[in-house]
Amino acid sequence: MSNEKQVDSGRRGLLVATCAAGGVAGLATAGALVSTFQPSERAKAAGAPVEVDISALKPGEMTTVEWRGKPVWILKRTPEMLSSLAKTEDKVADPESKKPYTMELPEYCDKQTRSRKEHGDLLIAVGICSHLGCSPGSKFQPGPQPSLPDDWQGGFLCPCHGSTFDLAGRVYKNKPAPQNLDVPRHMFLSDTKIIIGKDEKGEA
Amino acid sequence: MAFVEKKLPADAPVVDKALNWVDSRFPLTKLWNDQWGKYYAPKNFNFWYIFGSLAMLVLVIQIVTGIFLVMHYKPDATLAFASVEYIMRDVPWGWLVRYMHSTGASAFFIVVYLHMARAFMYGSYRKPRELIWLFGFAIFLCLMAEAFFGYLLPWGQMSYWGAQVIVNLFGAIPFIGPDLSLWIRGDYVVSDATLNRFFSFHVIAIPLVLLGLVMAHLIALHEVGSNNPDGIEIKENLGPDGHPLDGVPSHPYYTFHDIFGVTVFLTLFSAVIFFAPEMGGYFLEYNNFIPADSLKTPPHIAPTWYFTPFYSILRATTSEFLFVIQAGIAAYVGLIFLTTKLPQMIKFAIAGAALLAIAGMMPGALDAKFWGVVLFGGSVVILAFLPWIDLSPVKSIRYRPDWHKLVYIVFAITFVTLGYLGVQPPSPIRERISQVCAIIYFSFFLLMPWWSAMGTFKPVPKRVTFTPH
Repeated sequence: MSNEKQVDSGRRGLLVATCAAGGVAGLATAGALVSTFQPSERAKAAGAPVEVDISALKPGEMTTVEWRGKPVWILKRTPEMLSSLAKTEDKVADPESKKPYTMELPEYCDKQTRSRKEHGDLLIAVGICSHLGCSPGSKFQPGPQPSLPDDWQGGFLCPCHGSTFDLAGRVYKNKPAPQNLDVPRHMFLSDTKIIIGKDEKGEA
Repeated sequence: MAFVEKKLPADAPVVDKALNWVDSRFPLTKLWNDQWGKYYAPKNFNFWYIFGSLAMLVLVIQIVTGIFLVMHYKPDATLAFASVEYIMRDVPWGWLVRYMHSTGASAFFIVVYLHMARAFMYGSYRKPRELIWLFGFAIFLCLMAEAFFGYLLPWGQMSYWGAQVIVNLFGAIPFIGPDLSLWIRGDYVVSDATLNRFFSFHVIAIPLVLLGLVMAHLIALHEVGSNNPDGIEIKENLGPDGHPLDGVPSHPYYTFHDIFGVTVFLTLFSAVIFFAPEMGGYFLEYNNFIPADSLKTPPHIAPTWYFTPFYSILRATTSEFLFVIQAGIAAYVGLIFLTTKLPQMIKFAIAGAALLAIAGMMPGALDAKFWGVVLFGGSVVILAFLPWIDLSPVKSIRYRPDWHKLVYIVFAITFVTLGYLGVQPPSPIRERISQVCAIIYFSFFLLMPWWSAMGTFKPVPKRVTFTPH
């Protein structure tokens, strides 16, 4: 008689069932732990629209406000700045903003100026580069300068990986950033007061 | 089996009796002898063999100083920056503990890079040491994670934007990317939630894994035995006592050898801590002395120096560069088909994967950002394959054809150049250079199965090269 014993299939079955039940409990616990990584209810609740008074903004000036934790630029463009957009039209990767980054270009915005038609000078864009989320710096001065091409028309330069954007937030061709800067939904409460994150259709 | 305790004479010293009592219950003496005391290491170790011990020392420094820093640091987005300054200014000797920790981080990478360079030169990753290499590779990944998580904690501008960039790297993965980076951050932007979880990873999760891996690395090493500058297996020449003729017990020989190395290291380490803790902005970046501002990226941001070689590869991947990579992949598949004897199945599998990659790099398919992340990850992961792509008949560089040394020198220069370019602001010329370097970097590894076996190899001696001194 050898030491090998017959496998008791009833007990083996119970063993498998116990392991399976324990495994389910273990997986469920792991699922709960993984879920704690998601944004909390408090983080989801923060994100209300912000109102901005732009009466003090002069042509050629830019101000930055915080919306949903991100910088939103409000740039009042001069006529020269606006005319540069025609020159950059064939140098940008997506002149008509067909491939949006995180939000579609609002339908009330012009394709070239990327601003509301009745306030064509005012660019409102989320200042977060579509590459890896840095905030590009302002390079409004046209002409040759370090890190920029010699025929620079004025725009924005991302310090992280060198992506460049024109004065409508459209990304230049062959740059790390794949998409144009986001233009958030916004509307004018009066000529000098705008609200970001909300328009005639409601909150973004 | 009944418990048998060795009987010592009644007049044996108390210490011996105590040790005997422990040894009967826990293999203390056995562990010491296996892992160090009677571990026979080759007697021809040179300068390059100090970095393993030094890495262990730095690990201890990081853990000990870390414990004390956590006593004063506050992982809260509104308090973190000020609490680090509090440690620097108000906690007695806090500045020293903090500078030891921050300098220790850079020292860790210097030591580990040199430790890896040693493995490259003497083929320390070759059979039978593949697992030692893989454990070491995992330790390297843990160190990178540890450094990255730790860098967010001071909540300075560099902390903040560095984390923003790296977390967004995951956003480049198709379909799940944006949700994945949201899940990692725990918020729509890098915020308090992110800081808290990074703190948890930095002080408990990663260190636990790291310690386990270090143990596995050492156990595997002491199981198969150390390599040496000649790349000879010393266990093939055993003396009458059963120990390798070319080996000496680590204690006392390497104990004192390493203590000397530790002294030299600590001298340099202290010099940095006391005279140049910021190291010209490389160990502690100047922008990190400005509190995190979610609305403004500093004009020049770069990761800390130890990440920059890989970071340069990420930055080099533009949509133009993808065409070069497509051509490279096609040529590589051609090379495999023409010159290897791999089974037909594998060849076609490789060709299929290559075709998918080439299609994915077409304009309008997956964008350059995604491929940048793939190359960035690939440049690190490719190290893990080293034991299987090096087909040289000898391990050590000493007995390889002389031109192999040139290949390694070119690789080293490429790696350093990539590192240098990674700390510099981007420019068109630098972009070109980093692209050339990226090609050299990947070619070194991908072509290794070919070049490592080419040339006339020198005869390997039976015994190690050693002159008594």
